[in-house]
Amino acid sequence: MSHYLELSQLAKVYPTPKGEAVIVKDFDLKIAKGEFVSLIGHSGCGKSTVLSMVAGLNEISGGAVILAGKEITGPGPDRGIVFQSPCLLPWMTAFENVMLGVNQVFYTAARIERREIAEYYLSIVGLAESMHKRPGELSQGMRQRVGIARAFALSPKLLLLDEPFGMLDSLTRFELQQVLIELWRREKITALMVTHDVDEALFLSDRVVMMTNGPAAEVGDILEVKFPRPRERKEVMEHPDYYRLREHLITFLEVHAHKKRKLVDVPPAPSGGSPIQPEAIEPQRFCAA
Amino acid sequence: MNKTKFDSILLPFVGIAACVFIWWCVAGKPVTKQVRDDFGDVVTVTSRVGISADLPGPIETWHKTRDYILKPFEKRGELDQGILAFTWLSLKLVAQGYCIALLVGTPIGFCLGLSKTFSKIFDPIIQILRPVSPLAWLPLGMVLFSSVKISDAAGHVLFGAIDAAALFTIAVCAMWPTVLNTAVGVRAIPQDYLNVAKVLKLSRAKTLCKVLVPATLPYMFTGFRLSLGIAWLVIVAAEMLTGRPGVGGFLWQQYNAQSFAHIILCILTIGVVGFVLDRLMSVVERRFKAV
Ligand SMILES: Nc1ncnc2c1ncn2[C@@H]1O[C@H](COP(=O)(O)OP(=O)(O)O)[C@@H](O)[C@H]1O
Ligand SMILES: [Mg+2]
Repeated sequence: MSHYLELSQLAKVYPTPKGEAVIVKDFDLKIAKGEFVSLIGHSGCGKSTVLSMVAGLNEISGGAVILAGKEITGPGPDRGIVFQSPCLLPWMTAFENVMLGVNQVFYTAARIERREIAEYYLSIVGLAESMHKRPGELSQGMRQRVGIARAFALSPKLLLLDEPFGMLDSLTRFELQQVLIELWRREKITALMVTHDVDEALFLSDRVVMMTNGPAAEVGDILEVKFPRPRERKEVMEHPDYYRLREHLITFLEVHAHKKRKLVDVPPAPSGGSPIQPEAIEPQRFCAA
Repeated sequence: MNKTKFDSILLPFVGIAACVFIWWCVAGKPVTKQVRDDFGDVVTVTSRVGISADLPGPIETWHKTRDYILKPFEKRGELDQGILAFTWLSLKLVAQGYCIALLVGTPIGFCLGLSKTFSKIFDPIIQILRPVSPLAWLPLGMVLFSSVKISDAAGHVLFGAIDAAALFTIAVCAMWPTVLNTAVGVRAIPQDYLNVAKVLKLSRAKTLCKVLVPATLPYMFTGFRLSLGIAWLVIVAAEMLTGRPGVGGFLWQQYNAQSFAHIILCILTIGVVGFVLDRLMSVVERRFKAV
């Protein structure tokens, strides 16, 4: 398998008054071209740190990130980024926000072509009607759509998503997951997404990478998700493997949650399917158990 | 709701009326007496009595200044013009000095906000220069620009050392709020916006005009508004010391002539114009904050 993106021995260390804080250490991950990989782990374990190092926005303390055979040394428009908050410039319309990037990347194209690119992606994410509105006039979900359109409009080599739907209500979240997965299928862009939503990870990804808890977080386990594509949410959830995979992810997260609380008497992850279906990961439940 | 509207119009009038009443109480009133003089003749003597005997009361002030108010643009002489004619002369000077202050202050503010090194080098100097009074800057301006002299064909000086010094004083004094607010605004730009510029690899010029300036505008306009207030404050001092025609120059001349009614007129004019300027600027400022 050829690796398109390779994170090799990636490390992040922050100097603090109390000595060095090792956030991420020996993080190894190889992603093939066109693959959709999710990064899952507890809050604060360093997921965003890894992603922002790949984005080039956070300095790499050790190891390297290699994208399409070249080591990453800084930020650039070859990586489309969608953050939890869409980071639109509030004084520009949705269209102008997208155009800002399009003008940068396709500066050789004619003006009309560049406009068409921006309009095309904004229409695909469902903003044909309101592309000339300012972010202040758009709902949270619409803003995130603009963010997605902006990322795809640059035809990036790599898509980086940091909890892109974390601030949305579940209905909007489902809609936007659909928008994202359709665009991704069309454009065949390699994607790395951070999430803490187990169902989102299973629905969208080819592989789910589980991170151990920090400090010095690393790759704990990798889960292959082989549901056929194109995926329908209902089909995925009714797939016979779905709950086994879900259980696997949740057990991994639970074990690490307990580790942090120094409660080690947790049964190991079951290998087969389990009838128990925890709804969400709630810390209180662990205390009561 | 109706009551608040009523209050917001009526209550200020109550305040103004109270002030005018106190003014009237303090001011001197002319008293006419019939006195028998040394030769035994009866003569009429007018003297002033009151807490501030020489201060004219409200009505007296109106009678003495009505010419200046009712014929606001009349020009009887260089230092004897209608009040709005003087105001216009002062506003022109303020506008020039203010523009210099913004043109110089805004880039300095950006440099301070963007570069830690720049800020470390110049911050102490700024903190020392900022509290210096306009009265102190003006003589320095005179020395600095002593050789400035632009004359027309007939030999009249169009722009001399005095004008340059006045502009210099206004600009130097009015600059600081713009400098400091711009710097604060630049430092307050969310990292998210800067990341957009970084990720898209915008050129420096593009980053400046597409990201940095729009993000800083609300702060800049707060600075601009405060700067305008100071520029207007400084104009009186600058005109007083240089004797230029304008509200401040007129005030000083009338003080020398012991014409207190005219001084009161000048003070009221300066206050009202300053208030109006501040209102106008805050309307503009609010427009930019709304974005
Ligand atoms: N500048 C910094 N200095 C020290 N520690 C930091 C700094 N920035 C982030 N961290 C720490 O790095 C850890 C990982 O953060 P992050 O990557 O945001 O976690 P998450 O997995 O929730 O996205 C957190 O524990 C955070 O406290
Ligand atoms: Mg995070």
